[in-house]
Amino acid sequence: MYAQMVKSTGEGLKSREDMSPEEAAFQDKIDADIKIEPKDWMPEGYRKTLIRQIGQHAHSEIVGQLPEGNWITRAPTLERKAILLAKVQDEAGHGLYLYCAAETLGVSRDDLTEQLLDGRMKYSSIFNYPTLNWADMGAVGWLVDGAAIMNQVPLQRTSFGPYSRAMIRICKEESFHQRQGYDIMMKMAQGSEAQKRMAQDALNRLWFPSLMMFGPSDADSVHSVQSMAWKIKMDSNDELRQRFVDQTVPQAEYLGLTVPDESLKWNDEKGGYDFSEPDWDEFFDVIKGNGPCNVDRLAARNKAWDDGAWVREGLLAHAEKRAARKTAAE
Amino acid sequence: MSGLSKSVLYDFCLRMGDNTLILGHRVSEWCGHAPVLEEDIALANTALDLIGQTQFWLGLAADVQGEGKSADDLAFLRDAWDFRNGLLCELPNGDFGQTLMRQYLFDEWHWAMLTALQNSSEKRVSDIADKAVKEASYHLERSRDTVIGLGDGTAESHDRMQAALDYLYPYVGEFFEADTVDEAAAKEGIAPVLESLREGYDAAIKATMDAATLRLPDSRFAHKGGRNGRMHTEHLGHLLTNMQWLQRAYPGASW
Repeated sequence: MYAQMVKSTGEGLKSREDMSPEEAAFQDKIDADIKIEPKDWMPEGYRKTLIRQIGQHAHSEIVGQLPEGNWITRAPTLERKAILLAKVQDEAGHGLYLYCAAETLGVSRDDLTEQLLDGRMKYSSIFNYPTLNWADMGAVGWLVDGAAIMNQVPLQRTSFGPYSRAMIRICKEESFHQRQGYDIMMKMAQGSEAQKRMAQDALNRLWFPSLMMFGPSDADSVHSVQSMAWKIKMDSNDELRQRFVDQTVPQAEYLGLTVPDESLKWNDEKGGYDFSEPDWDEFFDVIKGNGPCNVDRLAARNKAWDDGAWVREGLLAHAEKRAARKTAAE
Repeated sequence: MSGLSKSVLYDFCLRMGDNTLILGHRVSEWCGHAPVLEEDIALANTALDLIGQTQFWLGLAADVQGEGKSADDLAFLRDAWDFRNGLLCELPNGDFGQTLMRQYLFDEWHWAMLTALQNSSEKRVSDIADKAVKEASYHLERSRDTVIGLGDGTAESHDRMQAALDYLYPYVGEFFEADTVDEAAAKEGIAPVLESLREGYDAAIKATMDAATLRLPDSRFAHKGGRNGRMHTEHLGHLLTNMQWLQRAYPGASW
């Protein structure tokens, strides 16, 4: 999941009796699965929550380029290099669709970017972990994109039209990403002893951070109820996490890798795995800016933005000169 | 194919493939760090095209060589002295302006070369050129527009582009200076006479620099030594250290 702990209105769920006629009509549309479009009336809380959620998702795509970009120049074959480049390019494209979806809600991309750069807006906690060996490129595709898909597939049905349509495009590409990640893991897990060690090391480091992607346990998730009523959030954090574990553990077994959780056990009664919770103290540390890479990631984004200022200004100045010359010629 | 023709074709493919490999690698270093999202996507796209073309050229080089090697073997297991790219391709990215100026100076040559190669007497060469020229023409359009936009932008962007041009222009001449390999390739109709591309190239970059309000250096001095491997820059070794690390550290592994 690329959006975690998105703040909603801060108030509880509104009951029918407390709704204005406009709010009730709006809720009726959502309940009837009619999409909300940018020009439709919407409660201010819905608009603000969506901007935060879509913006956070877009920022995650952009910051998410960095841990994978870290290995583009060291990809071990021409084909792996081409696939990884294509994948990271896709992530940037996802960022672009999502910023466009957010812009339909009346916020500019530059405004959202500034909020990312000065720390007011967040991105997914997972991208604050480092990529340390080549198998991480496999594990990111397999686990991180896998977890993202868990959340994004239901979001294709989300109530806000532009967000839903962006999700449909994104999901197609994400499932390709997940498959190429698993393909790298297969090669590594069936490779030399050193490659197997890389694969296990990647799984050891990324397993719990991947579980954290779904956000805190439902009991501690204060903003979910309103978002679920608005169909901005489709499933609870714990449901998605359980689904992810149930899907991923057999894949790890197939690879011959060990999931780093001694409590992991199939539970016949619930028809799913029992598993250990991630270390939520660590999660909140990462969210607060104390993850292994938070400072470096934001510094990299700020540097790209600051170093690029003259380029943006130059191209803008040129466009203005051209427009002026065109007007003068007419 | 005679032994001499084989060796000429092999060297020719290495020169084409090493240009795209090394420049593609350089451009890929930008991923995630470009001044604006659209540029990030465009740079990744350019790098991706160049790496794709590398697979064709080095794949053909390996076939012609006939020692059972792959394009990957040639990319990841040769040392600097065996690389045959023009020095321009291995120069560091510098700022965004330097990267785009390098790209433009290369793209004008690359496009003209690929266009000529579509008429190569060697079908495997003309097949690659047919595919690559479409990508090169898109790269050229974009790098030319960006050079013009930044040259004729603000005072700062103009000065940065002029500095980039002054730094890079001495690396242009190498692409037009034929040696015995180029002469043999031209004689066999594999490739055009290199000097024949210069006039069109000069006219094109003059027109672009005029539109960009930039001044081409008067001196035609040309650094060389990349295309024959006699003397690369110090930068290439560092690039290869990075690019070849996994293949070197874990020999024989399958990735």
